Amino acid sequence: MIDFLVLIAVSVVIAATPMLFAAVGELVVERSGVLNLGVEGMMLIGAVVGFGVTMTTGSAVLGIGSAALAGAALALVFGVLVLTLMANQVATGLALTIFGIGLSALIGAGFVGMPIAGLPKLDIPGVSDLPVVGPLLFQYDAMVYLSVALTLAVGWFLKRTHAGMVLRAVGESAESAHSIGHPVIRVRYLATLFGGAMAGLGGAFLSLSVTPMWAENMTSGRGWIALALVVFGSWRPGRVLLGAYIFGGVTILQLHAQGSGGLGFGLPGQVFTMLPYLATIVVLTIISAGPWRGRFQAPACLAQPFRPSV
Amino acid sequence: MSLKFEPRREIPKSLVYGTPLLAIALTILSGYLLFMFLGLNPGSTLYIFLVSPLETRFGLAELAVKAGPLILIATGLAIGFRANVWNIGAEGQLTIGAIFGAGVALAFWGDEGFWILPLMFVAGAAGGMLWAAIPAFLKTKFEVSEILTSLMLTYVATLVLSILVHGPWRDPEGFNFPQSRLFTEAAILPIVLEGTRLHAGAFVALFAAVAAWVLLTHTVTGFQVKVVGQAPMAARFAGFSQKGTVWFSLLLAGALAGLAGMIEVAGPIGQLTPQLTPGYGFTAIIVAFLGRLNPLGIILAGLVMAISYIGGENAQVYAQLPQAATGVFQGMLLFYLLASDFLVRYRIRFRSAKHQAAKPRREVAAT
Repeated sequence: MIDFLVLIAVSVVIAATPMLFAAVGELVVERSGVLNLGVEGMMLIGAVVGFGVTMTTGSAVLGIGSAALAGAALALVFGVLVLTLMANQVATGLALTIFGIGLSALIGAGFVGMPIAGLPKLDIPGVSDLPVVGPLLFQYDAMVYLSVALTLAVGWFLKRTHAGMVLRAVGESAESAHSIGHPVIRVRYLATLFGGAMAGLGGAFLSLSVTPMWAENMTSGRGWIALALVVFGSWRPGRVLLGAYIFGGVTILQLHAQGSGGLGFGLPGQVFTMLPYLATIVVLTIISAGPWRGRFQAPACLAQPFRPSV
Repeated sequence: MSLKFEPRREIPKSLVYGTPLLAIALTILSGYLLFMFLGLNPGSTLYIFLVSPLETRFGLAELAVKAGPLILIATGLAIGFRANVWNIGAEGQLTIGAIFGAGVALAFWGDEGFWILPLMFVAGAAGGMLWAAIPAFLKTKFEVSEILTSLMLTYVATLVLSILVHGPWRDPEGFNFPQSRLFTEAAILPIVLEGTRLHAGAFVALFAAVAAWVLLTHTVTGFQVKVVGQAPMAARFAGFSQKGTVWFSLLLAGALAGLAGMIEVAGPIGQLTPQLTPGYGFTAIIVAFLGRLNPLGIILAGLVMAISYIGGENAQVYAQLPQAATGVFQGMLLFYLLASDFLVRYRIRFRSAKHQAAKPRREVAAT
């Protein structure tokens, strides 16, 4: 029983990690006042580039690095459009997703069905072999730890550093931040690039670790769920982490429910596949409707274009 | 030398309608470079994408078949976008509309009543409206972002469709394939052009776009939508209801998307299958922008975008490109369109540093 629970917990963490990467990246973007709806597209590009580079070079490190760069490159396109050319952020984000879905399929056409060895699990002598604690904490691959470390780092950065304060100021009031001399556009570019790199990492984790393969559109909406997680986490890294693991739980729950023949209810498997999407809607509604409504507001300047008046 | 951007006071009409052409030209150029980069023959691949759909009578008819749903959906979305209502779940509304329409067709399977098709139209529109009502309700009641809810519902709709075609609605004589019975004659839209797939649905799309144009340009409702989107404050003073506009634009878009779905199953497909569209609901977003959120422009934009679908299919056959390559073109087109909008809103001035330095001195001299 214990072993089974540990197994479940481990699979929850793995299912949550791609969304965690993407959501924490998008959190930083949104805290700077930019809404990038292209997460799904950037994740897909990360997934295909990460897979392709790992397969051709044999180096997962190179693959992961290229995935982050590819995500950032796509984010740069978004940045030029919405920050320099002040295009509509919602429309540009959608364009990024449509473009990312297409481009990733085009690049990945030759990789479909190719096998690849997944990322190696960490093996620390002594601790990794401990019962329960070992598999629960010390047997993931490096990217799982990286996702948690980056989440903590973002939390620390936003709360404790000067640069983090500037970033938040830019998101809350671009005008005031500009008037006291902060480079609004530059800050937003950097945040956007960071968000893209994180989405790329999330995608790479998907194609290198969760299911080590490439398939067209393999993110199947995880990028959008990551966007919802930012709202769920009320723009705070700790809560986004929690939210990602809860959603990882929902994902695993639906897999197990399907595997056990609909938990004895005789429901078709698709009903359970709907769960993460339905859960997203329900959670968003609870967040927006509850008594806490208004306490966790989005950054005041979210999705508003800014052009320095001087 | 420096660049200076000045907001335009008046927006020249030539630019508003010229930028889509510029965007199309830049997309073609980028496609050329992309294909070259991928090691394909860029000239012939582009030819397959852009010209081959226009070469045959069948291809031209297909253009109308594919443009129909795009025009129908984009018209509904454009009205919402004007009012800042971001319904991006048209794909799901289309799916539910198709399910409702197909439900009627299957319920009266074998009957020959002339009323079956009209009933399917009503059911399709109602299905789409029902699906769009969910984000509308959540948006007006709890301020939940319609972007995320309408999109999540698209995944749910696809799964509902999958349950039906794998389960209760599966064709009993279909060798276990996940698809419904083929509709009988009374539930199929008549073919307009012999030897092609061009069906009566294309005219529904044309009619809806013209009707929406009249609505937007000649009625108070159209004006209200515009004011709520562009000047929410003014709209409040004028007593225009924000919530009413959200409901109106989502229900209308849902109805049109649902209609598009019903027309797809009653037209070219003729039955319910797990995969109903090549992403019409998302492409319609681009069509709406390419058409400048104007229903008449959307008719043209729908035709342009239909080329990319047929070209994509041809490229799959002749150049072994994945169907999704179409999305690359569509995404690039929207990028360029949004980027070139900058030219519409701002005037770009090149200035040399010398010129800037010289200016104050002249002012001094004048005083």
